[in-house]
Amino acid sequence: MTRPTWIPAGTDPDTPNAARVYDYYLGGSHNFEVDRRMARKAMELWPDLPLIMRANRAFLRRGVQYVAEQGVSRFLDIGSGIPTFGAVHEIAREIEPQARVVYVDRDPVAAAHGRLLLADDPLSQVVEADLRDPARLLAEPAVEELLRPGEPVALLLVAVLHFITDDEDPDGLVRQLREALPPGSYLVLSHASLEGRPDQAGPHQDLYRSTPTPLTMRNRERITAFFDGFDLVEPGVVYLSEWHPETPSSVGAHPERMTGMAGVGRRS
Amino acid sequence: MNAGAPTPADGTPPPGDVPPPGDASLPDAAHADSEPDADSEPDTDSKSGTDSKSGKGAGPDAEEDPAVARFREAWSVLLHSGHGGTLTAGTRRRLVNRTTALLNRARSEEPFDSGPAAEAGAMLVRAHYTDPTVLARVVELLQEQPLGDGRGPALAGAFAAGWAVAARERTLVEQESIRLAADAARRDAELALQASEARFRALFESAAIGIGIGDVEGTILEVNPALMDLFGAGRQDLEGQRVDDLVHPEDSPGVWEAYEELISGKRDYFQFDKPYYRRDGEVVWTHLTVSLIRGADGGPQYQVAMLEDVTDRFRLQERLRHQATHDPLTGLLNRAAFFERLEEVFETPGPAARFGLCYIDLDGFKVINDSLGHEAGDQLLVAVAGRLSAALTPMGHLVARLGGDEFVVLLEDSSGEQEAVAVARTVLDALAGPVVLGDHRLSVGASIGVLERTVATTTPSAAVRAADLTLYRAKEQGRGRWMLYDPRHNARAVSRYAVSVRMPVALDRGEFFVDYQPLCALADGSLVAVEALVRWRHPQLGVLGPEEFVATAEETGLIMPLGRWVLEQACGQAAEWARRFGDAAPQVNVNLAVRQARNAGLVTDVGRILRSTGLDPALLQLEITESAVVSRDDESLQVLHALRGMGVSLAVDDFGTGWSNLAYLRDLPVSGLKIAGSFVADLHDPELDESLGWRIVGAVVSLAHTLGLTVTAEEVETAEHAERLRQMGCDWAQGWYFGHPARPGEISRRIADDVGYAHKSSDSRKK
Repeated sequence: MTRPTWIPAGTDPDTPNAARVYDYYLGGSHNFEVDRRMARKAMELWPDLPLIMRANRAFLRRGVQYVAEQGVSRFLDIGSGIPTFGAVHEIAREIEPQARVVYVDRDPVAAAHGRLLLADDPLSQVVEADLRDPARLLAEPAVEELLRPGEPVALLLVAVLHFITDDEDPDGLVRQLREALPPGSYLVLSHASLEGRPDQAGPHQDLYRSTPTPLTMRNRERITAFFDGFDLVEPGVVYLSEWHPETPSSVGAHPERMTGMAGVGRRS
Repeated sequence: MNAGAPTPADGTPPPGDVPPPGDASLPDAAHADSEPDADSEPDTDSKSGTDSKSGKGAGPDAEEDPAVARFREAWSVLLHSGHGGTLTAGTRRRLVNRTTALLNRARSEEPFDSGPAAEAGAMLVRAHYTDPTVLARVVELLQEQPLGDGRGPALAGAFAAGWAVAARERTLVEQESIRLAADAARRDAELALQASEARFRALFESAAIGIGIGDVEGTILEVNPALMDLFGAGRQDLEGQRVDDLVHPEDSPGVWEAYEELISGKRDYFQFDKPYYRRDGEVVWTHLTVSLIRGADGGPQYQVAMLEDVTDRFRLQERLRHQATHDPLTGLLNRAAFFERLEEVFETPGPAARFGLCYIDLDGFKVINDSLGHEAGDQLLVAVAGRLSAALTPMGHLVARLGGDEFVVLLEDSSGEQEAVAVARTVLDALAGPVVLGDHRLSVGASIGVLERTVATTTPSAAVRAADLTLYRAKEQGRGRWMLYDPRHNARAVSRYAVSVRMPVALDRGEFFVDYQPLCALADGSLVAVEALVRWRHPQLGVLGPEEFVATAEETGLIMPLGRWVLEQACGQAAEWARRFGDAAPQVNVNLAVRQARNAGLVTDVGRILRSTGLDPALLQLEITESAVVSRDDESLQVLHALRGMGVSLAVDDFGTGWSNLAYLRDLPVSGLKIAGSFVADLHDPELDESLGWRIVGAVVSLAHTLGLTVTAEEVETAEHAERLRQMGCDWAQGWYFGHPARPGEISRRIADDVGYAHKSSDSRKK
């Protein structure tokens, strides 16, 4: 008897995948034609996209560096995507050589890729889990081990919460994760935003609807609300390039073109 | 921490801010010097060790060419922009230093070696600079600095070539790795699926419940071992079969309808108990659950059936049902079930449908039961039931035990009376041979009431009554025989039936009443007594005389209350006459049944009644039949003596009909006897010798007088007979000639007339 065939999520080379598309924006080749097609279409609508993606990546680097400098040596990167260059553990170990990182992604390909790349790194773990089921995620042995000693942990929700729809209660998810964090932990967060380029944001959101990960852009207020229970580090929630820029001029003339907002908060 | 404020850890060189040589005031210059990684950088080219430090021209190029400085600045800007922003400061710095060093070598080394340029291009790509615009800018930059020996283009070309090769390599590697990752992920998913498949397979194979999977066209695709066991069939017998073929005559009406709904998608699930034929022909009862599996589009795709063997439960239910409908002793259908079947016959008969009943009662069963014990009686019943069943079931007839020693045979769709009679004969034949119970050989006979007719002409209850009554007649006719229902005979039988059934109630309802027949003195025709005769105004049968119900009353014992009641009525009436008419009041004669005569309580009753009515005992005469005194029964003698002692007189009724022991007459405290009416009636019979008849009468009279008894003649119908009887010495007479039994009112009038007449005559005499 022929049973219906079933392709696991993310492994279907015929469906675009957010992680692979992101890789393409960053100039990588960890993607298939269908991902590149989608990326090209998105860039037709919004040529700044690759810049925004890079700005997000740059924020990630600055954010990780900041918390590492605050003494945090444990990192939980949720929605880590395909581990291309400049991964969190590389950045963190420049400051703290024994930094431990747990990468979490629900995409089986991203997780598989991560495992392949990090097979020989004892301080890095890859977990396949879904942000929408925090209980399950927190119960993963690697995550438990990271949090158990009670040392401050940096929770990285970089460019991932905009893939959680309002129905899925992103505030609730963040709260559950926050409650699992030891005192002194940090939240590093970036999120696609309507602020600044509302004309572009709509069509871009539509484009993502064809993927298994529809995009929900949120405004500054909503994004700031994710930091409930955290003390926001100055300057709070700002455009990507505005957060702790390397130099004042690196912010750029039009930071709102980088339609993502970012912030870092500390749990008291 | 303030954005942009430099700290020791923050080694970000501001973009575009490459300090001119010698400017040590800028923070990063100091940092660059103190950067540990700059010192620890492994260098492939020892000669360029110093050069790679900062590109500030600390070595031979210290008095730098402004073009070179410009290049350096532009180079740094380029590497800090775009992708560069995503690199850490350290990485970026290292990259800037090394690539700058490589390019310097390529530019200045003798002889010209383009290798370092290519290496620089590759290095950028390996640092993930993949944007083609970066390459274009690099080539531009390199060309802005024309080099003396014209090696510029070659240098730029080598750089570009190194870049291209590395980019291609990198693309291939990354594509390979993403494919590997995708494959790994798919493999993991497939393993998980296989594991779940394996689990499903294990469940399917080892389940105790039979599971079958089929498509919605009704073809069975897969079956598990439990299902194969259920059907006693192999895999190939079942897979490929059609579900529609698995029909059984006892399928519940709704099951196939539910199935149609399921496979057409109208319902998702149904449950029924359903029987199936096993391969060996046996029937297996199952509890069946069928579920619909829908495809991704929501349309019906597969059906999954689960079958649990419930044959045992079914068999148990059957057994219970059997117990409820069968007689536990004989195994025959029981009474309730029989009547249910009979009702069914009448439910939807064909237009000319016929049926038959044989009501069977064993003769002499009670004797056997009483003499040999109940166990023997039971064994006998079992043996009889067995014979009946063996004889009749092959003929297709239903045999049931109604209870006790009563059985019934039901003929459905009979062809006529002959068939029913044949059945009755068969029954008698079957019981003809003796039944052996241990040491006893018992002859068992039966009486059978046979009824056969069309269904349309009767009802179940009427049929049952008719058959029962016919059985009753068979018994009356001497038992050991069958009798066919006869509507004429049935009428009388019905009467007797109606009588016996109703009698207990009738007394309470006051359906009885008493008439009085005059007894007159033959000497002067005067009224001397009245005989109380009880009647019954039966609601269906009309007025019944004592001959129609007294016998039944005696059988049922109802004679006691009835007799008492009659005594009360008669004494009450006589007392009233006595009050009204004084000496002219007649004596009242009341018949006593044998049972009453034997009952000591009679004395008490009579005493009580006399007291309550206030009747003079001399006015009461009790008539007892000759058969009541045929034996020298101490009991009844005592009663009679006691009654006599009260002052009540006794007469022997129907004298001459019993084989009296005349000697007893002497012992009986009787004062009169009544010559049986038949003697007098015989006098009318032309075939009998009249003279002989008269002589017998004369002899009886003579006997009576010898004993000092009054003689009353009954059934006197003519004046001649009356005269003759008078001449013979008969004292009193009763009969139509002297008066029919009449209502008390009539008797009262007659007494009054006689009194008036007497008065008149006495008056006249007085005159």
